[in-house]
Amino acid sequence: MNELLLGLADDELVIGWRDSEWTGIAPMLEEDVAFSSIAQNEIGHARAVYELLADDADALAFDRAPEEYRCAPLVELHLLDWAHTIARRWLYEVADEIRIAALRDELPVAAKIDREEPYHRLHAEMWHERLKDEPRFREAVRELWPYALGVLDPGQRAALAARVGLDEVDAVERGAHDASFAALHDEMTMVRRSAPAGAQW
Amino acid sequence: MTAEQVWAALEEIPDPEIPVVSLVELGVIRSVDVHDGHVHVEFTPTFLGCPALEFMKRAIEEKVPEAEVEVVTDDSWSTDKITPAGREKLRTAGFAPPAPRLVQIRSQVHRCPYCGSTDTTLENLFGPTPCRSLRYCNGCRQPFEQFKTI
Repeated sequence: MNELLLGLADDELVIGWRDSEWTGIAPMLEEDVAFSSIAQNEIGHARAVYELLADDADALAFDRAPEEYRCAPLVELHLLDWAHTIARRWLYEVADEIRIAALRDELPVAAKIDREEPYHRLHAEMWHERLKDEPRFREAVRELWPYALGVLDPGQRAALAARVGLDEVDAVERGAHDASFAALHDEMTMVRRSAPAGAQW
Repeated sequence: MTAEQVWAALEEIPDPEIPVVSLVELGVIRSVDVHDGHVHVEFTPTFLGCPALEFMKRAIEEKVPEAEVEVVTDDSWSTDKITPAGREKLRTAGFAPPAPRLVQIRSQVHRCPYCGSTDTTLENLFGPTPCRSLRYCNGCRQPFEQFKTI
């Protein structure tokens, strides 16, 4: 269970980080706001789950070596174009909905997370509806599909395939990290590493 | 200190992001328990990523120094916890209060806090804080902030 929760929290932290990279440079002002707000929520979810796993959520979030993170490679990818970014958001939200639904009865914080997520899902669905017939977007979804499957435990993947409308393929599993994760980890932990232990903000 | 006194003190703490309502009106004080001179306050965040969380916790501790504040991250808060007085204060300050969940699920009607028109359109699901959306009123041609129903 702890392994599952650590994976969930790491996913939320890292996708929050990646989504926040659009702050200030999204294709329209509304999306600057949307991505910033979604990122803030996702990192808030990560914090709440880290707090279940450790007394010091920051230590768990930022003091581990890169290889100790359990996030799925989907959330690590450094995506620089909008089609891929929206494809990831949509695939991640669908997968996350399946995962959270399975947890919400046994884990109070999962129910709380699930209460906030409908707005992320609405946002992802609105963009999916708008782009679903665009070749570039469809290609991005196909490219990220093996990564999306890797967000979920094998037993939950059929449900994801049914929702997304694609066939199950070999997943890009958790455990190994995408090449871009090292630089992300370095940036993400920079403030923490530069401050003495016990610094107050 | 009695529980009533603790509640009264907490009534005086404004929400840091929307100071027209108090923490009690916002519904984030889940319980106050006083026994043997011991004060225990249970507090639930609105959104888990709310940056004001620590700030509110500290504000409670400063207002009621004897209180032990416990942050509860279960699913006990929803916008239905905002009190009727809190909703009215939000509306008069220009924030459309969240509709009750059951109503919102069945209707997509959003009412302008200024003129009361329901002829409003969504500008952005997301706004300046996690709890708000941006809408535009076609009746009085005024943008406004909508407290999200969750």
